[in-house]
Amino acid sequence: MIRLLFTILAGVLLGGVVHLVSVLALPRIASQDAYSRLSAITKLNAVTPLPLADPGNTLMPYMDPAFATAICRYDLSSGPIKLAVPVSQAYTSVSFYTRSDVAYYAINDRSAGRKVIELNLMTEAQHADLPEDEDITAADRLIIDSPTSTGLIVLKALAAEPGLMPLAQASLAAASCRTDTAPPEAPPPKAAAPAAKR
Amino acid sequence: MRLIFITLLALVIATAVGLGATWMTATRGTDFGTLRIGAWTARPKTGTADVDPYSRASIARAGDLPIGQGDGVAFLATTDDKKKPLDGRCDVVVSGVTPAARFWTLTLYDLKGRLVANSLQRYGFTSEEIIRGADGSFEVRMASRSRAGNWLPTGGIERYALMLRLYDTPVGVATRTPRDAPMPAIATAGCP
Repeated sequence: MIRLLFTILAGVLLGGVVHLVSVLALPRIASQDAYSRLSAITKLNAVTPLPLADPGNTLMPYMDPAFATAICRYDLSSGPIKLAVPVSQAYTSVSFYTRSDVAYYAINDRSAGRKVIELNLMTEAQHADLPEDEDITAADRLIIDSPTSTGLIVLKALAAEPGLMPLAQASLAAASCRTDTAPPEAPPPKAAAPAAKR
Repeated sequence: MRLIFITLLALVIATAVGLGATWMTATRGTDFGTLRIGAWTARPKTGTADVDPYSRASIARAGDLPIGQGDGVAFLATTDDKKKPLDGRCDVVVSGVTPAARFWTLTLYDLKGRLVANSLQRYGFTSEEIIRGADGSFEVRMASRSRAGNWLPTGGIERYALMLRLYDTPVGVATRTPRDAPMPAIATAGCP
């Protein structure tokens, strides 16, 4: 009898360990998390507009139907990402998620304080490799460190009324998200333009 | 023989207890860092980098993306103020004021987080389109049949959830009491 009680007690204690391990492992082994759901329909290092939230759209639970949404799925291994999102009429926000769906940074149009939200996203190692002086000259560009080399950027624009949805979608369609490889070499030759006019 | 049996029993109990507890916490959620105001609950910490492991597990399981803290905060209600589950066949009134925020949206979902189909294609209200009283307060009526004023169709489903999202708001991790965040009241006004 005592042996049976002891067995049950040991089982419950071991169960606690199983519980902790499985909770910590769940985000890693989940195959239906938001990143996996979105990676099938989004392009890498480019802005992909998402279909509007409606009853037939079961892409993700609890999507806000008042927002136009676009996703930039990024991979920083080939270089930092340059993101530019024009601000829409009502409210625009940019949220950053790691590969395991942790929201590590979010900014809205007001805290960005401009007509275009411009951000540079890079890993901590890439940030450390930036030349010192460039960091200063680029101080007006916001630099964000990504904890993981892959992840999601979610761009959202509010349509304050249903009729304004096309405008919100249009402002997101003008957003860009691309790998910022070596700085552009020489500016495009201007001499060609007058020559063409003649 | 007996030792094997006892070891197996202990392992079976461990698996059942461990995975059962994980299933429970991942589907129902936990109370860590939960902000409760009336019938509304929010977990502002899920929108930050120091989200707790239980919330991470339930987010991964549900497949949603939590709203980032610099973006806003989401409050969910599945019952009215008297703890009665929200019933789509009844008239439910959400009234009062909302915490300070540049914009908010109120959306009706089924319990799995899907929008509820209706002929009006109205799934929620934004703060811009709602009709308010002279004092700035508002009243939204959830019902299966059309109502005057701010009517949100329930499609007659048995159980639903309301989500109030505040965008660009001071409400967040530091919010503790209803005084910081006056949430609208939810009341069941009558069932047919």
